[in-house]
Amino acid sequence: MRRIISVLIENEPGALSRVIGLFAQRNYNIETLTVAPTEDESLSRLTLSILAGNEQAEQITKQLNKLIEVVKLIDLTEGEHIERELMLIKLQAAGAQRAEVKRTSDIFRGQVVDVTQSTYTIQLTGTTEKLDAFLKALPESSVVEVVRSGVSGLARGEKVLTV
Amino acid sequence: MLIRALQDEGVDHVFGYPGGAVLHIYDAVFRQNRIQHVLVRHEQAATHMADGYARSTGRPGVVLVTSGPGATNAITGIATAYMDSIPMVVISGQVQSHLIGTDSFQETDMVGVSRPVVKHSYLVRTASEIPETIKKAFHIATSGRPGPVVVDIPKDMTDPTNLFDYNYPEKVTMRSYSPATRGHTGQIKKAIRLLAKCERPMIYAGGGVVQGDASSQLIELTRLLGFPITNTLMGLGAFPGTDKQFLGMLGMHGTFEANNAMHHSDLVFAIGARFDDRITNTVSKFCPYAEIIHLDIDPASISKTVKADVPIVGPVDTVLDEMIKLLEPEVAARSEKQQQMLKEWWEQIEGWRKQDCLAVNRDESEDIIKPQEAVQAVYKATNGKAYVTSDVGQHQMFAAQYYPFDAPRKWINSGGLGTMGFGLPAAMGVQVAFPDEQVVCITGEGSIQMNIQELSTCSQYGLPIKIINVNNQSLGMVKQWQDMQYEGRHSHSYMDSLPDFVKLVESYGHVGFRIESRDELEPIMAEAMAIKNKLVFVDILVDPSEHVYPMLIAPNGSLRDMWLSKGVRT
Ligand SMILES: Cc1ncc(C[n+]2csc(CCOP(=O)(O)OP(=O)(O)O)c2C)c(N)n1
Ligand SMILES: [Mg+2]
Repeated sequence: MRRIISVLIENEPGALSRVIGLFAQRNYNIETLTVAPTEDESLSRLTLSILAGNEQAEQITKQLNKLIEVVKLIDLTEGEHIERELMLIKLQAAGAQRAEVKRTSDIFRGQVVDVTQSTYTIQLTGTTEKLDAFLKALPESSVVEVVRSGVSGLARGEKVLTV
Repeated sequence: MLIRALQDEGVDHVFGYPGGAVLHIYDAVFRQNRIQHVLVRHEQAATHMADGYARSTGRPGVVLVTSGPGATNAITGIATAYMDSIPMVVISGQVQSHLIGTDSFQETDMVGVSRPVVKHSYLVRTASEIPETIKKAFHIATSGRPGPVVVDIPKDMTDPTNLFDYNYPEKVTMRSYSPATRGHTGQIKKAIRLLAKCERPMIYAGGGVVQGDASSQLIELTRLLGFPITNTLMGLGAFPGTDKQFLGMLGMHGTFEANNAMHHSDLVFAIGARFDDRITNTVSKFCPYAEIIHLDIDPASISKTVKADVPIVGPVDTVLDEMIKLLEPEVAARSEKQQQMLKEWWEQIEGWRKQDCLAVNRDESEDIIKPQEAVQAVYKATNGKAYVTSDVGQHQMFAAQYYPFDAPRKWINSGGLGTMGFGLPAAMGVQVAFPDEQVVCITGEGSIQMNIQELSTCSQYGLPIKIINVNNQSLGMVKQWQDMQYEGRHSHSYMDSLPDFVKLVESYGHVGFRIESRDELEPIMAEAMAIKNKLVFVDILVDPSEHVYPMLIAPNGSLRDMWLSKGVRT
């Protein structure tokens, strides 16, 4: 099952390499990883999406918690949560394709953020599934370049991850 | 500043080797006398010495090495300590901070290289943070589940011309690190209920009891309950090895009775143990009838390989104290029927014990010494009271099987990593910590040669260790596996061109004996042990064809599937 683990970690040099090292060392897979400082600049927030069964996910969260720099973490997929991913995608948009590409983008509420004679660059945010669906809906030949941010997320409602 | 911080931390010994990046530090070592520095001959040995010091005393071992090759040489010892959860602080020099990242002379990314084998590590970024970093390093190394911590210090950070206000913190608090200080009451109560109603219980205790200084609690609990107990290789001595309730070691080379009792048990109480693959054999066939209570300081050890029915995270000593109090009335109120069930369980166990699985199989007409007899002779000559370190191989298993330990911290071996070359330097660390105690290193002719250069360090510091070389002229453990799994093809498991060990040790100024026949064994052993102020090396020629038994049958075997002797299985 796909899980989203959100981690508060000391904003110190080397901390991120320990998280990544842990995954390599213990043979866990990372699907996506995003990291940036939080409003409290002594902390970074890291979001990992991983594929793991229940037992493995439990081990992963325990092992992450064991890292000295990890302050707190939460498995967002255990409760209701919001998740978003950002995608920038450069598309071949010449001739007849141009209108078609724009229409598909509109359906998915994509925003055109850069235009040339022959390309559109579209920005799209949403769940991973939505971004995947958009990619599927496009004619394969039109995709020139894709960059995705990886998942970020928060728990819904009152639940928060703070120190 | 660094040395002062170490003094303030109460460090009395540092094991190390100098080099360019630590010259400032070595100058500071020279100009003080509160910390004694022990100069080794190879940095790996420094880490094993610090490790032996830590295992025997419970206090963290401290290592000082230079950058580059000094640091990388220390890695094996750091990994050894990591696998067995041993508190250690390793200070490594680093090139000057402005040179980091430029592939400068003797630069290695020590924090990166050591990352998978440390509990934590620091790269010092400003000199003024040294005292606090040292405090944190010791705090992390010694608390919770202990482990090695690396502090990498660029040379310019120890430049004595840069002066700072020095202030050593009394204690540190870290928001991201706070190991459990007591167990969860609800879980403890659940465990008590299971312990009160079980019929075929087993206590399975590991190195966590030794490291957690909970041996007296373990003894009290086990006596109170009247349950059978087994120890892991790392836990030997946590419960007295000569006690009737003790069934011997379990696992790969565990006893017939311990492995069978585990297999048939209906309640396994695991204490400071981690269900290692050398214990479980095939995980899906492990303890098929048992519910499992698992007490450990490290939450990640619980339900990692074997699912715990009742997990308890906490320090073993505190939790066991609490459990003993709660169990006293339960035991007093035991019903007739329960007492009867426990009695029958013990009868079954005594039946397994009758197998006498450790009886030495020998042809009385032959003069050849069996390796087991060598260990038995050590036991006899030391009255079972010595600190015993071992290397890795058959001799290690024979030591674990034939030298019952009655106290914790007396048996010192590399269980998790299985590091050949550990035994001699570890014994040196013990002898440094306890100059007046009998320290014995049981080794093999393969392992001893991995750190034999330390015989020189032993002469420099006058360490009167007794080295028992169980010399089977082969990498015995490798050969045993080749006999059993590769139709006896002994690919590179033969130790050809061995040195004359007696002459070798004499050249360092030590005493050497060679034993070749049975009648010499006990007298020479006694003579060797009686030499108090000298290192003595006893080279014992033993049967090269001997195997270690019992041995679990893998793959697909359970804990009751064992080889009992050559060609004889359960
Ligand atoms: C550093 C290292 N290299 C290789 C091994 C693999 N190994 C395990 S036991 C063993 C043989 C040890 O031989 P010896 O020290 O003579 O002990 P014996 O088994 O003969 O008693 C070897 C090579 C190891 N454990 N450690
Ligand atoms: Mg050998």
